Amino acid sequence: MLSFAKKYLMAGIYIHIPFCKTACNYCNFHFSTSMNMKNDFVQALLKEIELRNIYLGLETIESIYFGGGTPSLLEAEDLKQIFEALYKQYKIASDAEITLEANPDDIDKEKLLVWKQSGINRLSIGTQSFIERDLQFMKRVHTAEEAKKSILLAAESGFDNITIDLIYGVPNQSEMDWLSNLSMAMDLPIQHLSCYALTVEEDTILFHDIRKGKTAAPIDENASTHFDILMAFAAENGIEHYEISNFCKPGFESKHNTSYWQNKAYIGLGPSAHSFNKISRQWNIANNKKYIDALNENKLLFEEETLTKTERLNEYIMTGLRTKWGIDLSYIDEVFDKKKELMNKIGNEDQSLFEWEIKRSKKGTAFIYKLSNKGMHFADRIASNLFFD
Amino acid sequence: MKNIRNFCIIAHIDHGKSTLADRLLSTTGTVSQREEQDQILDDMDIERERGITIKSHAIQMQYKHTDNVDYILNLIDTPGHVDFSYEVSRSIAACEGVLLIVDASQGIQAQTISNLYLALENDLEIIPVLNKIDMPGAMIEEVADQIIDLIGCEREEILEASGKTGQGVEKILEAVVERIPAPKGDKDAPLQAMIFDSVFNSYRGVIAYFRIFNGTLKKKDKVKFFNTGQNYFADEIGVLELNPLEKKELSVGDVGYIITGVKESKEIKVGDTITLQENPCEEAIKGFEDVKPMVFAGIYPIDSDDYEDLRDSIEKLQLNDASLVFEPETSIALGFGFRCGFLGMLHLEIIQERLEREYDLGIIITTPQVTYDCFTTKGEKVVIHNPSDLPDPSTIDRIEEPYIKAQVITKPEFIGSIMNLCMEKRGVLTNQVYLSTSRVEITFEMPMAEIVFDFYDKLKSISKGYASFDYYMTDFKAGNLVRMDIKLNGDNVDAFSTMIHRDKAYNFGSKLCKKLRELIPKQQFVIAIQAAIGMKIIARETISAMRKDVTAKCYGGDISRKRKLLEKQKKGKKKMRQFGKVEVPQKAFLAVLKLDD
Repeated sequence: MLSFAKKYLMAGIYIHIPFCKTACNYCNFHFSTSMNMKNDFVQALLKEIELRNIYLGLETIESIYFGGGTPSLLEAEDLKQIFEALYKQYKIASDAEITLEANPDDIDKEKLLVWKQSGINRLSIGTQSFIERDLQFMKRVHTAEEAKKSILLAAESGFDNITIDLIYGVPNQSEMDWLSNLSMAMDLPIQHLSCYALTVEEDTILFHDIRKGKTAAPIDENASTHFDILMAFAAENGIEHYEISNFCKPGFESKHNTSYWQNKAYIGLGPSAHSFNKISRQWNIANNKKYIDALNENKLLFEEETLTKTERLNEYIMTGLRTKWGIDLSYIDEVFDKKKELMNKIGNEDQSLFEWEIKRSKKGTAFIYKLSNKGMHFADRIASNLFFD
Repeated sequence: MKNIRNFCIIAHIDHGKSTLADRLLSTTGTVSQREEQDQILDDMDIERERGITIKSHAIQMQYKHTDNVDYILNLIDTPGHVDFSYEVSRSIAACEGVLLIVDASQGIQAQTISNLYLALENDLEIIPVLNKIDMPGAMIEEVADQIIDLIGCEREEILEASGKTGQGVEKILEAVVERIPAPKGDKDAPLQAMIFDSVFNSYRGVIAYFRIFNGTLKKKDKVKFFNTGQNYFADEIGVLELNPLEKKELSVGDVGYIITGVKESKEIKVGDTITLQENPCEEAIKGFEDVKPMVFAGIYPIDSDDYEDLRDSIEKLQLNDASLVFEPETSIALGFGFRCGFLGMLHLEIIQERLEREYDLGIIITTPQVTYDCFTTKGEKVVIHNPSDLPDPSTIDRIEEPYIKAQVITKPEFIGSIMNLCMEKRGVLTNQVYLSTSRVEITFEMPMAEIVFDFYDKLKSISKGYASFDYYMTDFKAGNLVRMDIKLNGDNVDAFSTMIHRDKAYNFGSKLCKKLRELIPKQQFVIAIQAAIGMKIIARETISAMRKDVTAKCYGGDISRKRKLLEKQKKGKKKMRQFGKVEVPQKAFLAVLKLDD
C-alpha cells in the first residue's frame, strides 16, 4: 500500500470535528450535541494525524479543511495542538489554503485572532439565510443580524477569503426572499458563496417532521426556480459558477473542495471522514466513542473500497459534470479508452442539456463537455445515463 | 396386495402437511437423519420458500405394524391450491385413503373442504388428524367438533398430532394400516394404470407416476397410453423410495414410475390410462380431462434482445409443466413476446418467479385475463385470450365470460362485509350454511374475471385473514363487457388494455390512471395518462414534468454514496420500457392487480 500511495500526490487534509451545540433540522452529517468527549476526541485526532502520516510520505499538503460538525467550537489550545501535530507530521505548503467552518454565534474578536494566528486563512461562515423565518425553520441558533455582524467582524480582523453558505428552496421562502438573500450576500465582504437546495435527507429532524406532517416539505418547482434566479444573479454580478452549488469572485475557488471534483487525493481525519488515494477510498467509523477507543489502542477503524476502473470513470463523469471544468474527452481517451462510447452516450441525450468547449494548448486540442444551465438541474440523471456498466 | 396402503394428505396451506409428511418418512426410516431436510417432498425452491406444494410427489415407505407384518405405504403428496385442483383430483383417485390434516389453532378452511368433497366422492377412507396440538392457541375440542360436523365421524376417530414434536405420528401410521382398505383389483386382468403426475428429467426425459388398478406391468412391456393413443416401450419401471428404485414387475395396488423415452411433458397427460398394446383394457379410468388454462397474460422480455432466451426458457419450463401453454404474440407497445395460459393466478406467479429466478430474465407480464367467448352478428364464435383480439365492436353480438361457483368459509361476524364484497364483484349469493357456531360457509356465483383482480387480497383484509376461499368453474354467461384502453400522451399502450364490465369501467379507469400516476416516475415533460373505451376518454391523470434531479452537496464524503446511488438508478432504468418518450417501470404493468394498495 505504502509504495503505490507514495506515487500519488496527497493534495489535501480534511478534519472532521464531530460536535455541535444543537442539531439543525436538515443536517445528516455526523455530529454529537454532547461536548463530553471533546478532549478525548482531540487526543484521538492527534494520534490519527500521526498514524495516517504513513500514507503521505513526503508529499506536500496544499489544503487543510476543518469541517463538521462545528469546528468553531474548538478552543485555542485544541487548535494549537492540532496544528503542531500537523506541521510535525506533514509537509505543508507555505501558501496552503486552510479553511475553518464557523458558526456566526461562535465568532468573536478573540477567536478570530486565535484562528488568524494559527494560520487559518479562509473562513466558511454557516449563514444559511438572512431571513429570520428561514433560520427558525432550519433550527439555527443564530439570528440574521448575528450572521451579518460576524462576517463584517471577520473581514475587519483581516480575513480576506470568506465564504458563506446559503440555503434555497426552503418552505415559504419566496423568490423575492431568495433574491434579497443573494443581494445581502453581495453587499458583504465575501469572496465565495455556496448555495444549496434544501434537501430532505433520511434520519434528519426535517425528514421525521415532514413524515409526521409537522412541517411542510420543500417543493422541487420552487427550488428549481430559485436555482435559475441564482445562476442569473451570479452571471449579472460577475460571479463565477464553478460547481453546481459553488460560486466565487474570480480566482477564489476553494482549492480544497476542488480537489474532490478533480480526482485528487486527500486524507480525512476524524470520525466519518473519507480518505481517497485515487485507487481506494477509506471512511472512518461514524461513531465518536468507537473512534476514540480505537485510537487509544493505536488503531484506525475504517471501511475501505477499492475502485474498479469503471467506478473511477463513473466518478470522473459524475463530479466532472458538476464543474466548469467539465469532462475532458482526451482525458477519457487517455485514461479509460472510452471516448467513442461516451460520445455516443452524450449523443443520445437531449443536446440542450450540454455545452462544449475546445481548448487548444501545446499538449494538443482538448474537447470538453459541460452542463448547460438547463442541464445543471438534471446533473444526477444525466450522470447516471452516462455511466458505464 | 393386501399389505399395500395408498393414501394422500389433504390440508390447507400452513396447516403442517409437509412437516407431518417429513415425520412419517423419518419414523418409518425412509429417510435417514443425514438426508433429512425440511419439506423433503417439496423439492423446488419456490415450494420450500412459500411453504406450498406445486407438483404431486409420491414416496414409498416400509412399515412394520404392531401385528409384526411388513406393509408398503405409498404416500402421494398433492398440491393444495385451487389452481391445481385437477392434479389433486387425480392424486385422490389413486388412493384408498386420506389423512385430513387440520391445524388445531386455525380450524377448517375452504380449500380443505373442497378437496375433502373430492375424497368423499372417490369413497376414500378419511383419517382426520388434528395437527399442531402443541401450539399455545390450539382449540382442540372446538376444531374436533368442526370435523365431526363435517364428516360425521366419532370423536375417538380423530387423531391428535404434532409434526413439530413428532407426537402422535406412530398412531397415524397404525391408523393408515388398520383403517385404510388394501387396494382391490384383478392381477390377471388387462393392465389399467392411471398417471397422476409426471416430472421431467434432463437425462431420462419424462418420468410418469402411476397407480395400477388392474393387471401387471413388466419392464420392456409394449405399452399404450389410452387417451393420447401413443405407443411406447417401458424402458424402465420402478417404485419411488426417496430415490427411484428399479423393479422388473409391478402389479395391482402398486404406485410406481415409468420411463418411456418421451421427451416432452405435454405428450403425457395427467389422468391418462396406461395399458398394454397386446391385450389392452376395454376402457380408460374415469375422470380424465384435458386441462385448459383459465388465465391468460402476455409475457415479454424487457430487453427485446432477450426474446430468444425467453422462448428457450418458457420451452424448458413447459417440459416440466405441461399445464403451461404459450404461443408467440406481438404487442404494438411491447414488441415480440408470448401469450401464455395458466391454471390460475398462483400458477402465473410461479411461472413469473421461475423465469426471473431460474432463468435470470427481466420480463413484463401484461394484465392477466380470463378467456372470453365473443359471438359476432354473423354467428361466429371468437375465443378471446387477449383484449386486442376483440373484433370490431359493431360486429359483436355478445360476449360471454366464464362464471365460477365460489365457497368462502369464515367467522359469522364477517358475513356482512364478505357479502358486500361479493356483490361488488358481481356475485350472487346461492347458499349459506353454518358448519358450527363459529364457522359459516357462504357459496356464491360470480364471473371468474373478478377473482383475477384483487378479490383474494380484499377478502383477506376484510376478514382479517379469517376467511378461506375456493372455487370451480361452472359455465359461460353473457355480460355487458367492453375493452378499456390506456393511453400515454395520446398513444395506446396495448399491454394495459383490459376487458371489463361497462358499469365498472369508469371507476376502474380512474383508479388505474391514479395508480399509474404513482408508478410512472416524473420525466422531463408532462405525461397525460388516459383511460378510454373506444374513442371516448373516461378518465385522465397528469404527471407533471420533473423540474430537478441534482444533488446539492458532493464533497469527499458524498462521492462514493452518490456514485452507488446513481449506478443503482441506472440499473433500475434498465427495467423500464419506453413508449414514445415515456419510460414505464416494469411494476406498472401489474398495477391493475393492486389498485387499492
